[in-house]
Amino acid sequence: MIIARILGTVVSTQKDERLVGKKLLIVRPINVDGTDTSGYVVAVDTVGAGFHERVLVVAGSSARLAQGMKDTPVDAAIVGVIDTVDVMKD
Amino acid sequence: MQLARVIGTVVATVKNDSLEGRKLLVVQSLNANLEPQGKPLVALDAIGAGTGELVFWCRGKEASFPFKREDTPTDCTIVAIVDSESHVTNNGKGRRR
Repeated sequence: MIIARILGTVVSTQKDERLVGKKLLIVRPINVDGTDTSGYVVAVDTVGAGFHERVLVVAGSSARLAQGMKDTPVDAAIVGVIDTVDVMKD
Repeated sequence: MQLARVIGTVVATVKNDSLEGRKLLVVQSLNANLEPQGKPLVALDAIGAGTGELVFWCRGKEASFPFKREDTPTDCTIVAIVDSESHVTNNGKGRRR
């Protein structure tokens, strides 16, 4: 899983019927110290995350194992809203 | 599977119901000489590892197999703790494939 920050939303009317009712968000992977990296991913939200929150994103086929995502055509899902990240110093 | 060092913890109160009660740890992957390699990842803990420990983790869909395999959304899971760093030998050579 990666840590990411929510950058924005995606609205799509014409989509696979199994995606109906799912919220799509644009997220950017970030480092554990909170600094941004490059790139972005469109991920399905399963927890009700909001703009600029730090979230946990699971990628690959595991993304559709999240509750409520069975058999949906997704490869990235937001599965948690991060409260804190504690990383030990070297 | 890859060797990694547990370098921290992640707390997430709001999470997918299928992750309820699971422990999240930050792992830094290591090469065969136990030097950091690549970026840290967040892993689900299947065995009770702690910060500072040498572990190995598995990626992909198989990462959900230690748990309820059809209901646990994880692509990175800690599956074993290495007993001692002296058990990891590479004869001082470069990265082993």
